[in-house]
Amino acid sequence: MRPFDYSRADGAPDAAAKAAQGATILAGGTNLLDLMKLEVMAPEAVVDISRLDLTGITPTEDGGLRIGALVTNTDLANDRTVRTQYPVLSRALLSGATVQLRNKATTGGNLLQRTRCPYFYDTGAACNKRDPGSGCAAMTGCNRILAVLGGSDHCIATHPSDMAVAMRALRARVALESPEGTREIALADLHVLPGDTPEVETVLQPGEVITSVILPPAPPGRQAYVKIRDRASYAFALVSVAGIVAIEDGRITEAALAFGGLAPKPWRDPEVEAALIGQPAGPAAAEAAADVLLADAKGHGGNDFKIPLARRTLKRALRELTEATS
Amino acid sequence: MDGQPQSKDFSVKFTMDEAQPRVLDRMAQGLLGTAMDRPEGRMKVTGTAPYAAEYRREGLVHGMLVRSTITRGRVTGIDTEKVQSMDGVIAVMTGGPLVRNPAQGTAHEAPAQSLPEVFYVGQPVALVVAESFEQARHAAQALTVTYDRADGADVDPATASDTETPEDDVLSQGDIDTAMKEAAFAVDTRYTTPPHSSAAMEPHASVASWTDGRLELHGSYQMLRHNVAELADALGVDEADVRIHSPYVGGGFGAKLGIAPEAVAAAHAARELGRPVSVVLTRPQVFEMTMRRSETTQRLRLGSDAEGRLTALGHEDWVSNLPGEAFAEPTAQGTHFLYGGDNRYFAQTLARVHRPCAGSVRAPGEAVGMIALECAMDELAEATGIDPIDLRLRNLPETHPENGLPYSERGLGDCLRDGAAKFGWDTRKPAGTRLEGDWWVGMGVASAVRVNALMNSTARVTLNPDGTALCETDMTDIGTGSYAILTQIVGEMLGLDASQIEVRLGDSDLPKSSGSGGSWGAQSCGSAVFLAAQGIRKALAEKLGVAADDLTLKDGTVTSGNVQHGFADLIDSPLTCEGTLNPGDTADAFSIAGYGAHFAEVGVHRDTGEVRVRRMLGVFSIGRVLNEKTASSQCHGGMIWGIGSALTEEIMHDPSDGRIVNHNLAEYHLPVSLDVPDLDVVLLEDTRDDEANPIQAKGIGELGIAGAAGAIGNAIYNACGVRVRDFPATPDKIFPHLPETD
Repeated sequence: MRPFDYSRADGAPDAAAKAAQGATILAGGTNLLDLMKLEVMAPEAVVDISRLDLTGITPTEDGGLRIGALVTNTDLANDRTVRTQYPVLSRALLSGATVQLRNKATTGGNLLQRTRCPYFYDTGAACNKRDPGSGCAAMTGCNRILAVLGGSDHCIATHPSDMAVAMRALRARVALESPEGTREIALADLHVLPGDTPEVETVLQPGEVITSVILPPAPPGRQAYVKIRDRASYAFALVSVAGIVAIEDGRITEAALAFGGLAPKPWRDPEVEAALIGQPAGPAAAEAAADVLLADAKGHGGNDFKIPLARRTLKRALRELTEATS
Repeated sequence: MDGQPQSKDFSVKFTMDEAQPRVLDRMAQGLLGTAMDRPEGRMKVTGTAPYAAEYRREGLVHGMLVRSTITRGRVTGIDTEKVQSMDGVIAVMTGGPLVRNPAQGTAHEAPAQSLPEVFYVGQPVALVVAESFEQARHAAQALTVTYDRADGADVDPATASDTETPEDDVLSQGDIDTAMKEAAFAVDTRYTTPPHSSAAMEPHASVASWTDGRLELHGSYQMLRHNVAELADALGVDEADVRIHSPYVGGGFGAKLGIAPEAVAAAHAARELGRPVSVVLTRPQVFEMTMRRSETTQRLRLGSDAEGRLTALGHEDWVSNLPGEAFAEPTAQGTHFLYGGDNRYFAQTLARVHRPCAGSVRAPGEAVGMIALECAMDELAEATGIDPIDLRLRNLPETHPENGLPYSERGLGDCLRDGAAKFGWDTRKPAGTRLEGDWWVGMGVASAVRVNALMNSTARVTLNPDGTALCETDMTDIGTGSYAILTQIVGEMLGLDASQIEVRLGDSDLPKSSGSGGSWGAQSCGSAVFLAAQGIRKALAEKLGVAADDLTLKDGTVTSGNVQHGFADLIDSPLTCEGTLNPGDTADAFSIAGYGAHFAEVGVHRDTGEVRVRRMLGVFSIGRVLNEKTASSQCHGGMIWGIGSALTEEIMHDPSDGRIVNHNLAEYHLPVSLDVPDLDVVLLEDTRDDEANPIQAKGIGELGIAGAAGAIGNAIYNACGVRVRDFPATPDKIFPHLPETD
């Protein structure tokens, strides 16, 4: 770990001011500290926001929910409103990491966690994200957990969050504060695809701090989070699906589907949902939606299996979302 | 008490040449075999048992090893200057006695010291020493090493150009090709298993200091008498000048059998600097710089007559290691004597590859060999239509099928039969017929077998007039329960409550034991302690003028005839005896092994192919049980390892440079709590093995893993009809082959 300057922010404006001068923001630290020990990240200054008052979960005027950036994953998953109105989010959170990590990890930090691509973590290996221009060892290496959608020739890293996948299905928005003021963006627009600059992962500008995440009112329909992984707990998704589906007279009337483990960002494709609307719930609709989802999917050897697995996971999720319960 | 020396030495030296009377069965204390708590358990769970990295010395400084980032070549330069000026940095050590990889178990000499030659990504190439751990780590990261790279080094065993198929290891009996052709049923099948890591919770760590030319090293090691020799050889000093302390070891599993790079680095740096030095491996370094289990490819050929009796049995395997390393995973070790069949063929091919060193990982041989054998037996059961348990029972040979030796105690048949009844085997359905909700459900069985080995071992027991006793040996407790079982043996033999007994372990200056490894620790060291206690009993008997067999020792009293004595009545100074055990003729005259049977029930998701183990039962035949709790814990641990090797564990090597890609516990998937269901362990009673050793106990540290993954693989097949032959059975190996259910 490189020696660094540490300061504690006395408020969001202070954090933003320090971030604008180049400081890296420390919240729960579950990812950043590991990366600093490995010197994958070596900030000269760290500004600690963990004591700021951003831990509230409060209703919004339009019936949605505002989640403070420092609400821990554990508190968010166990919140009564989240559990009853947004169960997909609670499920997604509880499927991630471990109790110990969830007790520390924060809402804002979760959105900004870095990929688990093993080559990103090995400073002795080529990685365009860590060291732009050095190449991508994952492309022909061990890429089992990496992306089949949205990648580029420069990077196929996946975004590892479960929480963010559920939030995308819920059409979350992200509130930002910077020395220039505040703004709100769609979570859909927070992360960017790697293209030829995989080191750029979000649209955040220097000095911009996430202060909260806003959920619109819970949409109608049933919610589910299905995560497929290599062991029963404490493993990142091979494929995950966050789904919210409403049915009337046996036909799908509303659908929101987001996918984890497949892409460099929580993945959502409006055409996948369009393929479902108006269709009778059943395997045929699921197959059609999977066709749309995976039309441009590209494997790199070790992760080829994700393409058929995504199809099966989508089928499984839609069955959970649409089958009558006794 | 006049403290005069003993007049006569009652120490016992014994060689296991023939079966011995069951002396322990005649003892009266009733301590041995009970589920006694570990004496050191409270210290361990409260964090007060000191582990190697926790030793602090005045002036202690910290070393961090630097890894090679190339696969093969030569170090041409190390820019020490830049790093020397960094905060806290004391020294940068290059070359010298740094070792390439750990010593193999029982090597008794230094491992390869190859610098400046580099043989794999992750090899230690330098040591940076600084005032703090963090400074050393940062400086190590900043150190620039330049290399002359050698291109084209083999990293893939499948395509390696340098391979060996030692003729000595080929066994060809009868004519397997003809037997396979003529067999009523034949299975010719291939299995692969990936490399594994021991992944012990405690990383390798050493704290070294020198006083008057003698090294004192607190390390985390399994076999101190060998480790002293290995470390002394690496440093170029006499064995007498090396002392290793290893009283508590946070898991070994083979990874701490031989001296590893951190110990040599710490000792060397401490000598050079004249200060105590601590070197602790980071988790990625544990993966890279210590031992991995080799990947295996295995071909099984099984041919049987119409009744399922084996006529042909072939087990060939392909494994790998670094150039120059003598160890080759003994994959087919258990296959040689488990099942019959007149026509047999065994051969092993070892590929030289530039991957981290391969060595012993828990149950070398059987841990992976039994997966392939037991799944192949399941394939034969399917082909013949014979129940898998029945098929196994039909193929238990009368004598060793290759050398004709008689078996010593062999409880395999009972394990299979008793287990089947307890598990409800009769409710098992044909493959792919039991769909419950979204899950295919099935059951599988596998035999468990692990060779049994006895090793030279010495221990010293001292009985004090106040009725306390001290047991001393350089034996280690690597989480297994050595402190507990040795306490129990002493207590049983001398009629003492456990609270009156102190067991001192893990100091190389104490009498030399077998150490922990190869499942031989409990029986070898336990026998030495037993023999020492026998010497004490004999001395007491002589004081009373009776035979040792006529003494009853219980609750601190000595009863002979109708007269009861306290120890103080008989001795006025500490009475010390050494016991020394040597293996002998029984090891050559009998086939001696631990046996068991694994039963698993799994669910396989009908869409996505995830496997969840629902329940497991292991029934084991291990001779005398020394401690019911620690023995069962060994079995539980082994079965959990079985779940890992069946479903989750795999070291991934980069295909181009061989580096270990998933070198941390987030990405190397050990089973976690949710992967492990209720495990049921039954230890069969009345299975004392008279040929094994004078305490009639057999090894249990490795038997629990042997076959466990095979039972899970077979349960997967029974559940959904998919035969996984490439482990671990992750969802991608299963879902493409699942039957349609919509």
